[in-house]
Formats: sequence, structure tokens, C-alpha cells
Amino acid sequence: MKEEIKKYTVSIYTENNIGLLNRISAIFQKRHINIESLNSSMTEIKDVSRWTILVNDTEKSIKKIIGQINKQVEVIKAYYHTDEETIYQESCLFKIKSSLLFDERKIQNIIKESNAIIVTVNAEFFVLEKSGRTKELDELYKKLSSHGIMQFVRSGRIAVTKQPLMISEILSKFKSK
Amino acid sequence: MGKISGSEAVIKCLLEEGVEIIYGYPGGAIMPVYDELYKYKDKIHHVLTRHEQGATHSAQGFARISGRVGVAIATSGPGATNLITGIADAQIDSTPMVCITGQVASNLLGSDAFQETDIIGISTPVTKWNHQVTRAEEIPEVLSKAFYIAKSGRPGPVLIDITKDAQFETFDFSYKKTNGIRSYNPAPEIEMDMIEKAADLINNAKKPLIVWGQGVILGTAEEELTAIIEKAGIPAAWTILGASAIPTSHPLNVGMLGMHGNYAPNKLTNECDVLIAIGMRFDDRVTGDLNSYAKQAKIIHFEIDPAEINKNVKADIPVLGDAKKSLKSILPLLKNNSHPQWVLKFKALYDIEYNKVIQKEIYPSKQGITMAEVINEINTHTNGDAAIVSDVGQHQMVACRYAKFNQSKSNITSGGLGTMGFALPAAIGAKMACPEREVIAVIGDGGYQMTIQELGTIFQTEVPVKIVVLNNGFLGMVRQWQQLFFDKRYASTELKNPNFIKIAEGYSINSKRVSKRSELSDAIKEMIKSKASHFLEVIVEREDNIFPMIPTGSSVSDIRLS
Repeated sequence: MKEEIKKYTVSIYTENNIGLLNRISAIFQKRHINIESLNSSMTEIKDVSRWTILVNDTEKSIKKIIGQINKQVEVIKAYYHTDEETIYQESCLFKIKSSLLFDERKIQNIIKESNAIIVTVNAEFFVLEKSGRTKELDELYKKLSSHGIMQFVRSGRIAVTKQPLMISEILSKFKSK
Repeated sequence: MGKISGSEAVIKCLLEEGVEIIYGYPGGAIMPVYDELYKYKDKIHHVLTRHEQGATHSAQGFARISGRVGVAIATSGPGATNLITGIADAQIDSTPMVCITGQVASNLLGSDAFQETDIIGISTPVTKWNHQVTRAEEIPEVLSKAFYIAKSGRPGPVLIDITKDAQFETFDFSYKKTNGIRSYNPAPEIEMDMIEKAADLINNAKKPLIVWGQGVILGTAEEELTAIIEKAGIPAAWTILGASAIPTSHPLNVGMLGMHGNYAPNKLTNECDVLIAIGMRFDDRVTGDLNSYAKQAKIIHFEIDPAEINKNVKADIPVLGDAKKSLKSILPLLKNNSHPQWVLKFKALYDIEYNKVIQKEIYPSKQGITMAEVINEINTHTNGDAAIVSDVGQHQMVACRYAKFNQSKSNITSGGLGTMGFALPAAIGAKMACPEREVIAVIGDGGYQMTIQELGTIFQTEVPVKIVVLNNGFLGMVRQWQQLFFDKRYASTELKNPNFIKIAEGYSINSKRVSKRSELSDAIKEMIKSKASHFLEVIVEREDNIFPMIPTGSSVSDIRLS
């Protein structure tokens, strides 16, 4: 039986230490798995970082990877989730010639319909920001690309889970030992 | 207490951790620590190996025979990169080891300074933990964590890289042993319901089989395992890293698992109704084809590392936790039992293996000496009390198959990584850790030449290691595969060897070469009797093969006797 490859969001709570990125990415690299996107940030807990990693993988494989990540000394806890189990957003920026904004009525409509935000405008170019789900960003990119994009950049996915993750409980359990 | 330097702090930390011997090689970026080693030489014995790889293997040998943390030390750049093979070996074989490397001064980091290398980056995938220290005040906490991480839970290697300026910097030293890290849970809590379920399954099993690994030795659960085997009457087989946890002569010890293991435990893995895995990780060399591995059996997996559960083989009942505690908790729940018919099956298959393989290997009728008869002679003259340190290849399989062991931690070999060159330096470390034990390195002529420079370490330290080189003039295991699977195209496996006796003599090591069977017994006797190090070269049959064998991709039950 061939297993289905799906999109999984991996959330990792860690100590904030130099070198941990290398250690975690090595776990994916060793198994020849490409990381689609990666985001590191602070969390609701002081001195605890959170990694959000997006990968395409089978559930069997991602389970094993989570096991290997959890094994790392400085990882507090790692989880994997399907899209349905998370609320997620991605963000992107488009740099586009200003002339298009004034000359192409279509562009104005695209901006309106997509709920994108104009971050800045000057004589030369304007910058459009859009946050949303993967598909929404893809669609906007498709619509704008035919008109010419000067620069495009997209952030890694960030996600929170619908279910609680109990990180504070894990940490307080350690304290009480 | 006044301020001390970072490098003196390193020594003080080692002393706090009870370290008496370290293995290493000096160089520019670690010189301040060596200067302190000179001052503390009556407290810490530094063994100068002849290569940094040798330092790691010696530290590993030290750790494997004693259960203590081995320590290796090296300079930056090539000194550090030379440690990598030993670190990778320790990682895959769960050996507790702390490596300390010097690094260029912190203001030079990233400048491609002389002997600068990113050893943190390089060692990350093969260490349990690593850390770079750039300020002296970090040293006590980081080293204390290093020892705690290396030896707790599933042990492993830790590398600490210390910049040269941090070694010189002075600070107020104080030391606190680490006994916990909030993001690290060394051993999961034992779940009693899993223990109960496992006990129930074992009590109702008709044909139970225990397969144990090094987890039993690392968790010092040998007594508990023996008690379970005897109480529940369960035959038990071992992985090569688990060897010696229970004496070879125990009636329920049914032998070695895996590719060149014994016939009965491999065959009957696919007949048992309950397979009880204890402290082993279902390595591919043990399981053969996973799709036909113990499919008929319910599987209980006792394991300290949650990442090993369901990694290769799905466990019906995973029992997480330290082997000693788990086995202790299950013992009272097990019924007094025996499975005489089932145990007889092992005996019957052993007899087949004995007639078709073992007898011919131990008592050959052909002219050339076999590797197995050398091991058998060693058994005779040591009564199974020696620690055997083997290298990698045919002789390793023979040593593991035929050596007799009376006590735990006696089979020291490179299992997971299969590192040729492991045995000679590992034997040095083992002998230094346990001077009262007979330590015999058994090495092939190929692997011997990979770390032959460590004869210099033996010469200088006068450590009385016994060395047996089984010389067949080939890289024997590769040659065997070439014969069986590559139509005898012996690509680059034949060795033109030097005069090993002269080399040993160059290091003033007593030596002897044996090529006739009639001389073998006396030569081994002489070696064992020697109070000093001793080198014995045995010219063995050139093209012998190791059987039984489970060819790669085959099922354990398709194990071949020829």
C-alpha cells in the first residue's frame, strides 16, 4: 500500500539556542525530505522559541521525524498537524511598478477583491501585502504575475493549533521534580 | 577561592566528574588545557594516542567495558575532524563519551583562521548534544551538562568546543552537577498498564522468544533479565551489542541474532508467538527483510528511547522506560513457567547448525587454520573470562559467534557504524579502564592497518593489551560478498601486507606468527600468560566464508547454512 503524501505543519517548542536550527534541519536532510517553509519565533512563554516547519510527507514518516526531533536535548516538545487541525497564515509582499496601479484598472480590481493592503506607494513602485491561506496567496500571485512583478517574497507558514498544546504544563512538571 | 583560567576550570570539571583518564592529542588551540594537564598530571592521566580517531575509540573502549563516560580531547581543525568517526560510532552504538575540542579565539570565528573548522556544524548530526563555549564562565555549567547528557537516558557522545580566549580568560569557579534539564527527559516514566498487558501476553504465550540488545547492559539490567528468562522459561537471543549480558553457557541463551547469527534464533523469530524485544532497536542487520519479520508474533518492545518505538517494527505493546526498572516491575507479574517443547526446537536447529557449520569451523579437517578455531582456543585458555574487542568484518562475526563470555560488558565491538580500525585503540581504553581483566583485541589484517599507529600508544604507556590479527590477506567480508554476489570479481580486496612481526618489534611488543595448527594452542597460551602486551599473528585460510548468512533483503527464516 502506497502511503499518501500530505502537507504537515510541524510545531516545535525549543530552548533558544545557537545551533538548534542545524540540528533540526539535519533530521529532515538525513531522510531526504525537503522543507517547504520554516519560521522561528518567540512564544507565549519567556525564553521558549517556536519553530513552524511545513513539509510534504507521509504520516508514517512524519511520526518518526517527530520522534527524532523530540529526542533532541533542547527540544521541549514537537508536534505535527494537518491543515484541518491548525489555524494558519502565510504572508507575502509584491513590489510592482506604480504606473500599473494608475494605468491598469484591472490591477485596482485585483487589489480590492483580494483584500490585499498597499503598504507604500511612491512614484516608481508600490508594495502590496497579502496574508492568508496558501491558496489565496497563490491566486493573487497568478493574477498579478501576468502584469509584471518587480519583486515577490513569501513568508513561512505560521500556525496555531485548535487543540491546546500544554507546553507550560510540561515545563512546570519539570520544575516540580 | 581566587579566579582561575578557563583551561584550569576544564580540568577541575573533569575531576568533579570523577575522570581519571583522558585520551587525546595536543595542538595549538587546545594548548592552554594541555598546560593545565601538565600541572594536574598526578590527578588526571592523559594518554597520548597517535591519532585523534584513536583517542575517541580508546574513550569508547573505556566506556563500554566500565559503563563510565569516556573522555577524548583534541585541538581545532584537523584534530577535531579526526574525532568524527569515533563520535559517529559512539552515537549509533549509544556510547557515553565527552569530547573536548579547542577552537580558534572567538574574535577569529568565521574568519577561516589557521586550523579553524566549524566542528559544531560538522558534529551536529552525530552527537547527542554539542555546544561551543566562548566565555570561561560558561565552562562549569556546560561541562556538567555534557557529562549528564552523555550518560543519562540512552547514552551518547557530546562535543564541547572551547575557544582559545575562553581557555585563557579567568573567572570565579564553582561547580554544580547537573541532575536535570527542562527540555530533556532521559527516561520516560514506566506505564504500569503496559507492564500488565505485557505480562499477560507473556504468561499466555506458548512460544515466547526474548531478543535483547545493549539496552540491557547500558541499563545494568542483566540480573533482572536473567531472572525473567529463568522464571518464565523463555529462550533468549542477543544482538551483537547485547552479547555477554547473560553468560554464553546459560541454558536459555540461544545465541546470536542477525545476518551471521545463529540458525535457531533467526529461524524461530518467524515461529514464535510473542517476541519480547528488550533494549534493542531492530537494526536491519538483525531483522533482514522487515516485511517478513516476525509477522506471526505479537511484539512487546521494552525501550528507553521513544523514537525507537515503531521505527522499524511495529510494537503491539510498547513498554517505554529504563530496562532495569521495567524488568523489575514485570518480574513479579510473570508466572513460573517453562516451554520444554519450544526450547527443544532451538536445540534441534542448533544441532543442524553444529553439524553443518560449527563443527567444521571449530575442528576443521582442512589444512588452513580457521578464524573460529582461534577464537575457540582463546576460550579454552581464558575460560571465557576475557573481554574480546573485535574490529569489523569476518573476524568480528566469528568472534561474536564463537567467543564465550562469563560476564557482562565483555564483547566490545563497533556494531552500528561498522568502523574498521576500532579494535586496537578500543582495546587500549578497555584495558586501562579494567586493568584486572584480560583484554584481547581480535582484528583482521585490513582493519589493523587502519589504526596500526596506536601500537605507539601501547609502546609508550606499556598497557598490556593482547592483539590477535587474523590474517587472510584479504578484506575478507567484502571478498565474501564479491564471491557470492559479484561473480568473484575481487575488486581491490586483496592485500599485500607488510611484515607485521617486524612492525610489532619496532614498538618493542613481543610478537609471534603462527601458520600451523600444531602451534596455535601454545601460541595463545603464551600470549595469555604474558604480563606485557603481546602481538599474535595467525595466518588463516584465505577464502573462508562466514555462515550462516541472511543475504541482504532476505527474511530471517531464509537464513543460509552454506
